[in-house]
Amino acid sequence: MTVFQFSSPAWMVCPVILPLIAGLLCFLFSHRTFAIALAAALTNLLVVCLLTGQLLVFGPMRCHMGGWQPPLGITLRTDGPALLMLLMTAVTGLAITLYARGYFSYRISDPRRAGRHQRQQRYFWPLWMLLLAGLNGLFLSNDVFNVYVTLELIGISAASLAALSGKPASLLASFRYLLVSLLGSLTYLFGIVFLYRSNGVLDLGLLQNLAANGLGIRTALVLMSVGLLLKTALFPLHFWLPPAHANALAPVSAILSALVVKGSFYMLFRFWFEIFPSTITQPTLNFMGTLGAVAVLWGAVQAIRQHRLKLMVAYSTVSQLGYLFIAFPLARVDGGIPVWSIVIFIALAHACAKSAMFMAAGTVFLHLGHDRIKDLSGVRASLPITVFAYGIAGVSLMGLPPSGGFVGKWLLLTASLGSSQWWWALVVITGSLLASIYVFRVMSRLFVIPEGFSLKKSEPHFRLLEWPALALALISLFLGLAASWPLHILVHGTTTLAQVFVGGLP
Amino acid sequence: MITTLIYSLTGLILFGMGFFTLIIHSHPLRKILAVNVMSTGVFLILVATAYIPLGEGEIDPVPHAMVLTGIVVSVSVTALALILACRIQETSNSSLPGRKQQGEVPEESIR
Repeated sequence: MTVFQFSSPAWMVCPVILPLIAGLLCFLFSHRTFAIALAAALTNLLVVCLLTGQLLVFGPMRCHMGGWQPPLGITLRTDGPALLMLLMTAVTGLAITLYARGYFSYRISDPRRAGRHQRQQRYFWPLWMLLLAGLNGLFLSNDVFNVYVTLELIGISAASLAALSGKPASLLASFRYLLVSLLGSLTYLFGIVFLYRSNGVLDLGLLQNLAANGLGIRTALVLMSVGLLLKTALFPLHFWLPPAHANALAPVSAILSALVVKGSFYMLFRFWFEIFPSTITQPTLNFMGTLGAVAVLWGAVQAIRQHRLKLMVAYSTVSQLGYLFIAFPLARVDGGIPVWSIVIFIALAHACAKSAMFMAAGTVFLHLGHDRIKDLSGVRASLPITVFAYGIAGVSLMGLPPSGGFVGKWLLLTASLGSSQWWWALVVITGSLLASIYVFRVMSRLFVIPEGFSLKKSEPHFRLLEWPALALALISLFLGLAASWPLHILVHGTTTLAQVFVGGLP
Repeated sequence: MITTLIYSLTGLILFGMGFFTLIIHSHPLRKILAVNVMSTGVFLILVATAYIPLGEGEIDPVPHAMVLTGIVVSVSVTALALILACRIQETSNSSLPGRKQQGEVPEESIR
C-alpha cells in the first residue's frame, strides 16, 4: 500500500475530505455531533502535523488529483506558508470545537428556550465542519478556480453560521455579509475570466512561470484583489465586519474573526508576492500600506469608542488586520526581506489571541447576560480563568513581549526602520498604544470588585467554557518564545519569494 | 470574433447593471436579483471566452466546466440569501430600534 506511506502526497487530501465527511455525518446523526466533530478536529490536527513532518523531510510537495497533470487537472500542494496556516486552523479549530461544546451545553442546561439552543447546536456542527473543509481546501489548493470554489464554500457556511443566533440584528448582519462575500467572489471570478483569457491556464504554478505583464493580467489582478479585499475587510471595505462578528454566537465570532478573514488575505498575499510579483509596482504597495495604516488607527479608535465588549473586539479585528497590510510596502526592500515571516507571525498571533478574546467575551456574556463594558465589574470573582485568558490575549494584541504579537510587530518595526520608511513604524507604535487603551479599558472594569459584591449562588460550572480560551491565549503568548520554529518551517518550504531571515529576531 | 465581442460586451453591461442595482437599491429582493444578474454577466463572458478556436472550430471545454460550477454555486447562494431575506421579513414585524436601512422591507414586498 503506497498510499499510506509517510512520503505519499495523498495525505494532503485528508484535511479537506475529513471535515467534509464529518460535516455530513454531523448532519445525519444529530445526537453524536460533538464526538464526530471532535474526532475530525483531532484527526485534522494529526494529519497536519504529519504533513509538517513531510515538509521538513521532503520539502514542498504536490498532489495531482486523480492523476491528472496540471494544465487540465487540479493540484494540491504544501509549502511553508500553507502549512503554517493549516496548523493555525487546526489548533484554533480544535480549541473552538471544545469551546463550542461547553458553550452549547451551558446554554442548553438553561431550561428557558432550551429547544432553540438545541436547534442552534444541531446546525452549528455541520456548518462548522464545512467551513473547516473550505479553509483547508483554500490553503492547500493550487488552482485559481479551485480557490473560487473554496471561497464560496467558506462564504456560504460563514454567513449561515453568522445568522445562527436568529436575532434580527444578526440576521441583517449576516445577510449583508452574504451579499458582500458574494460580490467579492463574483469579482474574483470576473478576474479569473481575464486571467484565463490571457494565459489559458489556471494552475498557480504554471501562472507563476508565465509571469506575463500584459493588460489582461493587470485587469485580472485588480479584479481579484478587489474581491479578496472585500472579504478580508481592509479599511474602506470593512463596514460589514463589526456587526456580523459581534452579533454572532461566541464560537462563531471566534471562527469568523480568527480564521475566515485570514483565508482571503492568504490568497491575496500569495497572488501579490508569489504568483505575480513582477506586475506589482511600489506605489501600489504603498497604497495598500496606507490603507492598512488607516485601518490600524481607525479600527483602534472605533474600538475605544464602543460600549459593548463584543463590538469592541470586532473593531479590534479591523485594526489588527491593518498590520497585515503595513507589511506590503516593506516587501521589496533589499530584494524581498522577511515579508512572509512578518505576515505569518501577525496572522498566527492574531488568530490565537482574537479567538481567545472572543471566547472570553462570550463566556462573560453568558455569565452576565449582557456585555456592556461599564457594567462588567466583579466578573473576576466568578470567572477568574476567563478574565486571565482575556488579559493574556490582550497582551498579545498590544504586542508586549514575549507574545507572538510582539514578534510580528518587532519584525515590522525593524523592517520599516531598516528600509528608512519610519512612518510605518510610527503607525505600528501608535496602533499598539491605542490597542493598550481599549484592552485596559475593559481590564480595569473586570478587575474591580464593587463594594457589597457577593458571589452568586454556585452556577453550573463548565470547564470547556474557560480552558480552551486560556490555552489559546497561552499559545499566543509563548509563540514569541518559540519564534524560530515557525520560521524553520517557512525556510523549509521555500518558494520563490519566501526568503526568510532567521537572524535578527529579538 | 465579432460574436465573441458582442457576447462579452453584453456580459459586461449585465455585470455593470447588476452592480449598480446592488449599490443603489436597499430592498433585499432587488439586491439578490442584482447579484444574480451580475453572475449571469460573468458567466456570459466566460462562455464567450470558450469560443476562441483552438484548432478549426473547436471549443475550449474548461470555461464551460467553470460556468457549470458557477451556476451551482449561484443557485445555492441565492437560496440561502432568499431564506435570510424571508427571516428578516418575519422578524422585522416586531420592529427593532437599531435597524439599518436594509431591513426596512415594505409589507407587500416578499411574496
